[in-house]
Amino acid sequence: MSGRERILGRVRRALADVTPAEGPYERAVARDYAREHGERTAEETVRLLAENLADYRAIVHRCDAEELPLLVMRLLAARGSGEVLVPPGLPPEWLAAADPVRIHDRAESTPHRLDRVGSVVTGCAVAVAETGTIVLDGSPDQGRRRISLIPDHHICVVRVPAQVVSSVPQALERLDPARPLTWISGPSATSDIELDRVEGVHGPRTLEVILLGRPPSP
Amino acid sequence: MSGTFVGMPAFPAFPRAAHDAVHNPVLRANLRHATHTIRARRAGAVAELSDWAELREAGRRIKDHTLRHLDRYLLQLEESVTAAGGTVHWAVDADDANRIVTELVRATGESEVVKVKSMATQEIGLNEALAREGIRAYETDLAELIVQLGEDRPSHILVPAIHRNRGEIRDIFRSEMGKWGRPAPAGLTDTPAELAEAARLHLREKFLRARVGVSGANFMVAETGTLIVVESEGNGRMCLTLPETLISVVGIEKVVPTWRDLEVFLQTLPRSSTAERMNPYTSMWTGTTDGDGPRTFHLVLLDNGRTDTLADEVGRQALRCIRCSACLNVCPVYERAGGHAYGSVYPGPIGAVLSPQLRGTGSEIDASLPFASSLCGACYEVCPVAIDIPEVLVHLRERVVEGGPAVRQGNKVVLRPAKGHAAERAAMRAARWAFTHPGALRAGRRLASRTRRLHPRTLPGPGRAWSGTRDLPAVPPESFRDWWQRTDGGKDGAK
Repeated sequence: MSGRERILGRVRRALADVTPAEGPYERAVARDYAREHGERTAEETVRLLAENLADYRAIVHRCDAEELPLLVMRLLAARGSGEVLVPPGLPPEWLAAADPVRIHDRAESTPHRLDRVGSVVTGCAVAVAETGTIVLDGSPDQGRRRISLIPDHHICVVRVPAQVVSSVPQALERLDPARPLTWISGPSATSDIELDRVEGVHGPRTLEVILLGRPPSP
Repeated sequence: MSGTFVGMPAFPAFPRAAHDAVHNPVLRANLRHATHTIRARRAGAVAELSDWAELREAGRRIKDHTLRHLDRYLLQLEESVTAAGGTVHWAVDADDANRIVTELVRATGESEVVKVKSMATQEIGLNEALAREGIRAYETDLAELIVQLGEDRPSHILVPAIHRNRGEIRDIFRSEMGKWGRPAPAGLTDTPAELAEAARLHLREKFLRARVGVSGANFMVAETGTLIVVESEGNGRMCLTLPETLISVVGIEKVVPTWRDLEVFLQTLPRSSTAERMNPYTSMWTGTTDGDGPRTFHLVLLDNGRTDTLADEVGRQALRCIRCSACLNVCPVYERAGGHAYGSVYPGPIGAVLSPQLRGTGSEIDASLPFASSLCGACYEVCPVAIDIPEVLVHLRERVVEGGPAVRQGNKVVLRPAKGHAAERAAMRAARWAFTHPGALRAGRRLASRTRRLHPRTLPGPGRAWSGTRDLPAVPPESFRDWWQRTDGGKDGAK
């Protein structure tokens, strides 16, 4: 008998007390919890995102479309990266003013090659305000998972308020499970030394998030 | 069937193992510091969510429903993973799983793998099994690295090196890193940031050249075939995306029915385990993706005692566990005894209910684990899926002492009462007799009251061990019943 048949047989024998009369999934699982926590305007949600990102040591900037190229240039210059990784579908104007050599990620780029690049610039799929999280889904403006992992400096552009949701449940609704997803909350960190959070292990040790879109004028 | 910690000596019973640990002042201080740090922070992270109780209840129900229809969801998962380009394997026990993984690694022609921290692969002793076949497995989680370099055993679910303080970690890095690859930087100090940097440098070359990755998973979604790994450091992302081949070994209880179910656990797990609103990195993948990440994906579904646990109507709730380790961090017994005393990769309260069910109560250590608790209930209080650990502990104590029906390796068996509980059983029988014979009870009580000055402070004979760790209750000069009768229930303020 195959392992599959043996395990399934054991499961069925173990569940002899479960009757077919038991309710379906929809009835068995009560979802009395909140879809989001608290009520906020779109602008307040963006501010909460900024606060929570900063709380986990991401560096947060805000600008409009016109200011973006200069801001990206400034951040890359301050970092001193000679090369910047670029996903295939990154809007070219984002890097219009940047000096570093653009390295376009290709299938044949080895991890060792990517390891020599100092910075990466990507967009994102959605950002979660309550947890200070950005989610990448491999769309053309974000590229393969490895490009936002190997360089030590990640600049991520979030279009606000369009790409911002309040909560984890709302984020999952927007995401496509068929795509490879990476949820990022701050720079890489560890709690492994005396259970206290320390920034900086294998992922980018500097995460800069640019909130693209000015608050509405009062 | 091999148990955990393959090739290691049999573990002593919990009281003996704990005896040494509680007399180790460094260990006591390390554990106290770490568990107290995380306790307050967890409480704060949980308090931020006004609907914590509802999230906990939803998590409990999702897991319960899944377990009660586990066959259906496993089949659905198999179908979804296969449709997404993955291959599903079924492993009945540890040997089975180790054999499957070894063959899969061999088929790639590689002789080393990089590993994401995974409880399931520790449970089956995968690293040791691979080593016997000439395959080197590199642990890449910082705490796992500390354990592996120190030839040590894990002592905590989330932070396997919790028993080590920063000074000890520095010493291990200095003396051992060179034997496994890039040595520790010269002049390495014990600041956590420098230690993290040393691990980054040491593991970098391994990640960049890795062709095979091995992981577990925190969740598997039946309807979509998605696997989820929750981590902090980025070592998980490295292992999940850089290699050509990915092999994930996951317990069958890790399946959840729907994508939407993640909205519960992605809120409760990070807050319960590292006290964060969200852990730094969460990876989700569904089969393989062209041009991004591994080209080959294998999922090894692991039983190894889980179906035996499922057969126990009281004990099966332990399978709800999402391995957050909140119960370890609040446990007064864990804080003092440390994780090694539990003789399993699953220490603490959850280990005390999980290990004796996964492995059976045949060994000395497993038979002693249900007693490694004061039943204070703090573990139940913090559990994000509401596992009533005290209830399961009491249930397992009864099974150890009284014996009875159970399922082992898929077969129904009748367990014999464990040795060493004869005095306890005799005492319980005597108590039953006394409580059903009021005259004898009354006479005994009065005799006890009159001779109270002569009572020893510890019990003689077989009771000595029991009273060695407990104070004997003082007998009052008059029993409650006698007082009630004499004073008519305390009327007129009579004493």
